[in-house]
Amino acid sequence: MDIFIEYLKAFVVGGLICVVGQLLIDFTKLTPARILVGFVVAGVILGAVGLYGPLVEFAGAGATVPLTGFGYNLAKGVKEAVEESGLIGALTGGLKASAGGIAAAIFFSLLAALIFKPSDRSISG
Amino acid sequence: MATRLSQSTIRLDKPPAILEHASIVGKKEGDGPLGQEFDAVNEDTTFGEKTWEKSESRLQSNAVNMLLDKSRTATSDVDVMFAGDLLNQCIGSTYGLRELDIPFLGLFGACSTMAESLISASLFVEGGLASKAVAVTSSHFCTAERQFRFPLEYGGVRTPTSQWTVTGSGAVLVGCDENKPKIRAVTIGKIVDLGITDANNMGAAMAPAACSTIKTYFHDTREHIENFDAIITGDLGKVGSRLLCELLERDGINIRDKHLDCGCLIYDFDQQDVHAGGSGCGCCASVLCAHFLPKLERGELKRVLFCATGALMSPTIVQQGESIPGICHLAEITEN
Amino acid sequence: MNLTKQEYEKLNQKASKNTKSYITLPMAFLVGGLICTLGQALMDLYSTLGFNEKDAGMLVSASLIFLTALFTGLSLFNVLAKHAGAGTLVPITGFANAMVSPALEFKSEGFILGLGAKMFIIAGPVLVYGISASIIYGIILYLVQVFAG
Repeated sequence: MDIFIEYLKAFVVGGLICVVGQLLIDFTKLTPARILVGFVVAGVILGAVGLYGPLVEFAGAGATVPLTGFGYNLAKGVKEAVEESGLIGALTGGLKASAGGIAAAIFFSLLAALIFKPSDRSISG
Repeated sequence: MATRLSQSTIRLDKPPAILEHASIVGKKEGDGPLGQEFDAVNEDTTFGEKTWEKSESRLQSNAVNMLLDKSRTATSDVDVMFAGDLLNQCIGSTYGLRELDIPFLGLFGACSTMAESLISASLFVEGGLASKAVAVTSSHFCTAERQFRFPLEYGGVRTPTSQWTVTGSGAVLVGCDENKPKIRAVTIGKIVDLGITDANNMGAAMAPAACSTIKTYFHDTREHIENFDAIITGDLGKVGSRLLCELLERDGINIRDKHLDCGCLIYDFDQQDVHAGGSGCGCCASVLCAHFLPKLERGELKRVLFCATGALMSPTIVQQGESIPGICHLAEITEN
Repeated sequence: MNLTKQEYEKLNQKASKNTKSYITLPMAFLVGGLICTLGQALMDLYSTLGFNEKDAGMLVSASLIFLTALFTGLSLFNVLAKHAGAGTLVPITGFANAMVSPALEFKSEGFILGLGAKMFIIAGPVLVYGISASIIYGIILYLVQVFAG
């Protein structure tokens, strides 16, 4: 039962964050790239003012998987690093905390590009 | 000799004829309502080439070669060739046609290029500067996506006003023949910009240009809309078509019963996910060659206006926030 | 055409259809929610395997990025994205697809200036502004520490 509630929380909170994105797509002129940037920066800010942490506590992956979670991760990393090593931490903390994800994205992109070929979407669907 | 009726409109007193036409499209266009009418439908939109740019070049050269085959014309008999496409520096045309050994003039008028090349070829033939001239344009969904929008595998969302670039090419051979469809008059369009900045709403950017050119034609020739079977626009799509009819109505011209848009004809809106309709130089080129010219030859249509529209922009200038200027060139075509 | 740009914009607004939000919003909610639920399941899996919370979180991101790369390569991602809208865009999958798709697309212009350089044309700004925002936050934190501490 606990696990069901945990999944339900992730589903609902993650879904709602995506709905915010969809509202931006439908009702503003913002392009996808701008929306992505907006979400990451919003994650940094919400993390900085201490609002995003409780949401992660509550919803788990529902809050960490959306791009706001990436921003939150950057903020959290910076906060820990500044506490530990002062001003240097402002430079190193963010990337240190998100290094795994960024490196994975770069490497898997490279692999996919080496293996696959782009296909004509007007045929494939 | 041609008679200049105004700054924009020229009447061709010795009207040149469209001797032959050829059209090739991709699979999606072949699956559309006009599928049976194209000369060739290619299931493989790579056209056997390694890159999409080469695919488009191959598409265009295939169209010209098919045209020459159908009309049994040798390349040495073609005096000049007007060609264009949507790619930077018109490489679809230049790389596609470089082997042909025919005098070449490259044109860019965005999606209006088919009318631009047809007008140029007609004026050359009418003026006796060429006995036979080719006009050809092409577009390819994949090259256009790469250049103007996003990578093919990018999961971005298209807005309802966006249009789908046609993979297709149309080519015509212009010369002299008593019994073939004729170009009677042309109106060279002016650049019109009513401030649309959304590159995903080309129809709205082009509609004012179409309105301006059509109005100019009727004003200059003193013709009446009742004397025409169809007013054919290039690729205004649903949104642009609606706007064109409304704009012309404000000026007292009602084309609703006569208006047909190639971008709306080429796809099935219910079955094919194309949002506002088709676009691209290959859209009106292939529909003209596959649908309207045969109808004119068979006498099912007697007199039409072919008005191809273009959005004269590049991704760079749109990113700088500039609005999108439109253009529309018009050719009056009769059954013979 | 005696029409100002403002008048034409009004005509345009009327002629342009709006997105059918009664379809797009539930789809974004459903797909986005499911991706997050998958993330939660992976999180639990990695935790059971003995990874600490930080590492498990990183592995969840890496796994979702891997799946996105695979789906993008197989030309399935944009089929899903067409219906899901923000449901695939907003989760880490949208970020990964924004890197994989140009890498794949521009391979034809070579491995260095094509694949390598163009990989970041959409996702680059996310890193630029995300990281910059976090650095500004770090500087503010430091100043607060110095002056308040």
